[in-house]
Amino acid sequence: MTKLAQWLCGLALLGSAWAALALAPPGLQPPAPLRQALLPLPVYLLVAFGCYSLATVGYRLATFNDCEEAAAELQEHIRAARDDLRRRGLRL
Amino acid sequence: MAARGPGRVSVLLPTYNERDNLPLVVWLLVRTFSDSGIDFEIIIIDDGSPDGTQEVAQQLEKIYGSDKILFLCPSGTAYIHGMKYATGDFIVIMDADLSHHVRLHVFYSATQKEGNFDIVSGTRYKGNGGVYGWDLKRKLISRGANFLTQVLLRPGASDLTGSFRLYRKEVLQKLMEKCVSKGYVFQMEMIVRARQLGFTVGEVPISFVDRVYGESKLGGNEIVSFLKGLLTLFATT
Repeated sequence: MTKLAQWLCGLALLGSAWAALALAPPGLQPPAPLRQALLPLPVYLLVAFGCYSLATVGYRLATFNDCEEAAAELQEHIRAARDDLRRRGLRL
Repeated sequence: MAARGPGRVSVLLPTYNERDNLPLVVWLLVRTFSDSGIDFEIIIIDDGSPDGTQEVAQQLEKIYGSDKILFLCPSGTAYIHGMKYATGDFIVIMDADLSHHVRLHVFYSATQKEGNFDIVSGTRYKGNGGVYGWDLKRKLISRGANFLTQVLLRPGASDLTGSFRLYRKEVLQKLMEKCVSKGYVFQMEMIVRARQLGFTVGEVPISFVDRVYGESKLGGNEIVSFLKGLLTLFATT
């Protein structure tokens, strides 16, 4: 199953469960408080996911390592490489 | 071609206009492999660079011997062509522009033995991996794109677009048959398909030293094509 298919299945399952409970005809409705919480639930979840995404990306951005040592080491290596290659006869 | 001895590593280096960086990369690889006693060969695959990369590659082959350095002109995909000539049991794919800090591949071989992984992937996002030379905007795009990839593809690897990896030869061959994308989407597809086929993927932190970012800005075009590639993978894998 492709990821897209998985998402569609998951959304269909959750969507139909939500619709069955929240949009049920008057005879089969769950108690009022439950319905009140259930109706805006999809929007709440979307907003919650949005906040989670922002927080996660923000955190990861802030903790993105800067490899100063690696860069400095690379410069040294480049110098050593150039010298050695010149000695071995490479025309740069 | 029969493999020579256990644990030989073949490094595939596709190049385009890397006349300045190629000798440095090769020198660093030779030194690191020799220092750690790993049997190796370097396969340079150049696609008709106009800047003299081919002459440099030939000089390097003379200096180090064609047992260690092989220079090829590709017919078809560089990787597929290079793999035909690779005699190692493991294949390393990396960039030839000195952005990957070469000493780190030693960890690869070590991890390979520890965890017996089919693929060892370099990650910029975990451990003490990281980047050098990126401003805030570039980092944000990178993290944002990676987050989107994690949500949509759940790949089980933290860095899908980094291109410093070590593969078992037969694993890489299998993956190359199955993967259809090009460019860095191809890199992403390989990890996703590898997980689907049940291969194990280990990770090692790497440093990505970006020396060309100033010249090649990450433009809108690149972002659009990344999104297209991501959505294609989302819908087809």
